[in-house]
Amino acid sequence: MAETMRFDLQIIASWIEPGSRVLDLGCGSGTLLSWLKEHKEIHGTGIEQDQEKAADCIARGLTVLQGELSQEVQDYPDRSFDYVILSQTLQQVYEPAKLLSMLSRIGRRVIVSFPNFSHYKIRLQLLTRGQAPKSEQLPYSWYDTPNIRVITLEDFRRFSREVGYAIIKETAINTHHHDRQGHIVRWLTNLRATYGIFLIEKQHPDSEAPKRG
Amino acid sequence: MTSNQLQHSKNSLGQQFFTFAEPPDEMFLESGARLGPVTIAYETYGQLSTSRDNVVLIAHAFSGDSHVAGCLTDDQGEAKPGWWDSMVGPGKGIDTNRYFVICSNILGSCMGSTGPAAINPATGKPYGLDFPVVTIGDMVDAQKTLLDHLEIDSLLAVIGGSVGGMQALEWCVRYPDMVRAAVPLATTMRHSALAIAFNEVARQSIMADPNWCQGDYYGKKTPDLGLAIARMVGHVTYLSDQAMRKKFGRRLQDKKDFSFGFDADFQVESYLRYQGSKFVSRFDANSLLYITKAADYFDLVDKLTTKESIQDLVGASIKFLVISYTSDWLYPTYQSRELVRSLKRTGQDVSFCEIAADCGHDAFLIPDERLSKLIKGFLGGVAHG
Repeated sequence: MAETMRFDLQIIASWIEPGSRVLDLGCGSGTLLSWLKEHKEIHGTGIEQDQEKAADCIARGLTVLQGELSQEVQDYPDRSFDYVILSQTLQQVYEPAKLLSMLSRIGRRVIVSFPNFSHYKIRLQLLTRGQAPKSEQLPYSWYDTPNIRVITLEDFRRFSREVGYAIIKETAINTHHHDRQGHIVRWLTNLRATYGIFLIEKQHPDSEAPKRG
Repeated sequence: MTSNQLQHSKNSLGQQFFTFAEPPDEMFLESGARLGPVTIAYETYGQLSTSRDNVVLIAHAFSGDSHVAGCLTDDQGEAKPGWWDSMVGPGKGIDTNRYFVICSNILGSCMGSTGPAAINPATGKPYGLDFPVVTIGDMVDAQKTLLDHLEIDSLLAVIGGSVGGMQALEWCVRYPDMVRAAVPLATTMRHSALAIAFNEVARQSIMADPNWCQGDYYGKKTPDLGLAIARMVGHVTYLSDQAMRKKFGRRLQDKKDFSFGFDADFQVESYLRYQGSKFVSRFDANSLLYITKAADYFDLVDKLTTKESIQDLVGASIKFLVISYTSDWLYPTYQSRELVRSLKRTGQDVSFCEIAADCGHDAFLIPDERLSKLIKGFLGGVAHG
């Protein structure tokens, strides 16, 4: 079943320890959750705004709440989950810092993925055409894009350092939005990767300096 | 009152009865009063598994009965389909090929279980207002006694809409160790002022009927008019602005012009009058008083009379599926969301879905493939989980 899952989700799935409690934000039709449930015996919960998708998930036997994610995450007790997954959504969130802080409260670890805005094709478009760039990962015009946050891999690393998240793992990938295929980018990631996936953990004041994974 | 003589159908054993709490061992009610003997009418569907782990308890709404599915034939030979026949049966959302389904008539009702129309052993006459006020918790305790009698100590799921959903929630807080999953539909964890207000109008219309006689009308003229008006109010709350616009609009009933009088000119008037008069033939006015009061007292947030509340679920592990409807104005979606929030805070495994429907509160009773799929998948997940 792994081969039918989006490439970025395959990477995320590989990071989850068996038997964990997992919260998947914007879980869609539940592809990742049901894969994790079947292969890693996780206790999963999903949040999905779309009624039909949420209903599909529930009808598959998954635990899913239909609702707006920044609202729904508020009511869970501290450390309710081992992993909270925010996949390809951060760039659409109005208050990303507040959301990440909430996620690191309810989850021991947070997995965040987003399209990399500093990919060389995007840089070239802005440089050569002088227009807001469009790509297969970010296909919208300035006036209709849901992607209200412009993030690069380097931005996210800097943000994590400043706010106090330890980056436990980081994988840069080259793939398209819905692709099942892709490859891991190992050098010049900020220039060459279309997506970044980060595993972060809230640093406690007494813990050591962040390690790069 | 009406359905005691129903015949068996092929899917069910027909209505059965269980009597307990014979004096002097009466049942203790939440109010502190004692009641006995208590008879509970119930029906079962499907087969109980050898490990007795496939039981689904269905709790009916305020005017419902134990006849949830299949077809029963009454003494006049008329076929009576179950009130949730679209959901419960072989291969359906609640699949009676897999699950052993139990549905019992609530305490205080008039569909076979003990209520104000039952004979008071102290006087040999119907209780009337001498019947003690019962709560949703008392209804659940009576169901628990029935399950003890059937030697069932675990519920795969308890499912109910409206007042039935309140019972489902009450089951979870009273007997968390017995319940693996719950599906509260179109319901609330505390009755709102709006819901209490409508119930009070319904009760006042019955009590204002000269035939009501302080509830002592059995064997005499019954308060039909008051009961019919109470039902008319009820039907307004079960529909919605949208539903009424779609169903009736301002269309006139069998006429082309206004009568310039007080006949039922509009279709909506005619519909409500019909629903009111139809209800009178099957329901007891006093039962309406008692059941609406039980719903009004229902509050799992701040329980005034007993210690149980939704907070008691801390430490429990129940799988919930909460469902609301977009056009339900009796128990609107915000009340289901409040319930979901409380369940999350107590660490329960909770799913929630708001179904888009324009038929108001009654939507859960109307055949809907979406709801059947949701419940079927959810129950499948519980059974395998």
